[in-house]
Amino acid sequence: MSTCERPVLRPLSQAEDRSVLPADWRAALDRPDGGDLGPALLELLRLAATRLPDDVVAALARSREAEAGGSRGANTLDTMLANVALAEARMAPLCQDTGTLIFWVRHPYGLSQRLLRDQVREAVAEATRRSWLRPNCVAAVSGANPGNNLDPLGEGHPVIHFEEWDQPGARIDVMLKGGGCENVGAQYRLPDVALGAGRDLKGVRKCIIDAVVKAQGFGCSPGVLGVAIGGDRVVGYERSKALLLRKVGTPNPDPALDALERQLVEELNTLGIGPMGYGGATTVLGVFLEELWRHPASFFVSLSYMCWNNRRMSLSLAADGAATLD
Amino acid sequence: MIRLSTPISEAEARRLKVGDEVLLSGRIVLSRDLGHKYMKEQKPEWLRPLLDEAVIYHCGPVVARNEDGTWRFVAAGPTTSIREEPYQAEVLETYRVRGVIGKGGMGPRTSAGLQKVGACYFHATGGAGALLAERVKQVVDVRMLEDFGSPEAFWIIEVEDFPLVVTMDSHGGSLHDEVLQASQARAKALMAL
Repeated sequence: MSTCERPVLRPLSQAEDRSVLPADWRAALDRPDGGDLGPALLELLRLAATRLPDDVVAALARSREAEAGGSRGANTLDTMLANVALAEARMAPLCQDTGTLIFWVRHPYGLSQRLLRDQVREAVAEATRRSWLRPNCVAAVSGANPGNNLDPLGEGHPVIHFEEWDQPGARIDVMLKGGGCENVGAQYRLPDVALGAGRDLKGVRKCIIDAVVKAQGFGCSPGVLGVAIGGDRVVGYERSKALLLRKVGTPNPDPALDALERQLVEELNTLGIGPMGYGGATTVLGVFLEELWRHPASFFVSLSYMCWNNRRMSLSLAADGAATLD
Repeated sequence: MIRLSTPISEAEARRLKVGDEVLLSGRIVLSRDLGHKYMKEQKPEWLRPLLDEAVIYHCGPVVARNEDGTWRFVAAGPTTSIREEPYQAEVLETYRVRGVIGKGGMGPRTSAGLQKVGACYFHATGGAGALLAERVKQVVDVRMLEDFGSPEAFWIIEVEDFPLVVTMDSHGGSLHDEVLQASQARAKALMAL
């Protein structure tokens, strides 16, 4: 691979001729189904699959500078950055594993979650027909693939988290969570005698180091880590994924956690695992921590690993129905 | 940078060493979880001419169908290889495969198979699906599409200058083992702080 410059992607605010969202499009948030959200949801999926967020591209480019010139680490990051530019230019999925599709839908009072779910599912099936998404939803035991990314029961895939909020507009976030990185997620129960990890931030730090060493390159490093401290087993994992929506480089509002995040990024990058696990100075791009409440008897540390292809995109609908993608 | 074309001879495969960067051209066959289970359990004869001295690629591509009914790859990066550890060595031997492309590396059973047959494990950049799909020059055929679904089917493709790194060779070398051991030692030091 030749050395490549940091790819410059077209600003999202700039109109694109390939957009499937008409310029004058508006949601109708006064209707229970929000109006026909199809074009906006389809555009959300198109961008999520083909365009890496700017903060992630910038983090990869910074990492490229940190690797020794001509090293495997540098060459691998060059390949990654070239792929980012190519996917955006060709409107091709960044990665053939377009992941488990996870939606977070926040909506005002009056919208029907049942009708919103139908619209999200329809957009997922259409994006799959257009080859922006791989049909990634199969029966657990038989492996049978319905081919449209929809599980026939309507509950398993796509994953949709709904929340009614007190604002007049709506916001829909989507994440394409690859299978390789999902497989290296981990949940610890403290105290952990084998790790020598107690019920404090020092113990949490040990869990995170352990998980990253076990992940090696399997999760397509350099990754981003979402780590929830506390909660029950379900809430911990659920929050650890939602944390991955944070932009790389943004500070944690909790000063103690912010300090630990910075320390961990520095320490984890001395492990030498490197891009794709074949050595180098870049093993993680970011660590995001959050403290939750817990049962006195349980102290879980739940960790979700997101690959370098950190695909997330958000659609904001203003009260007047205008759409913004970010 | 080493240029390599299929069919690959045993001598060519044995010359490759861990750390070599390779541009591969020629025929490769895609197979992953269902395909490897099928190859080990049923050893289908029809695969023999396709795999002889060729290369298996652990990949479930995003494909699109052209107007004329032919296929094209839209995104085609590697999937995690270790899932095929129970099958790979036997598949290598049964079909005299000279290389496996994937990501993450494989275990001791596969390493033994590589040494016995004279084959290499090639690492492709995970997540570089768009870039790698561009190096696919032709989709020659697809088999078991109905039975396995698109991500799991046997896609037979021609590639040109597929960028790879040898991370396991036919001499027992593994870059993955080296990185694992060094990172474990460093983690131990960090945890003692």
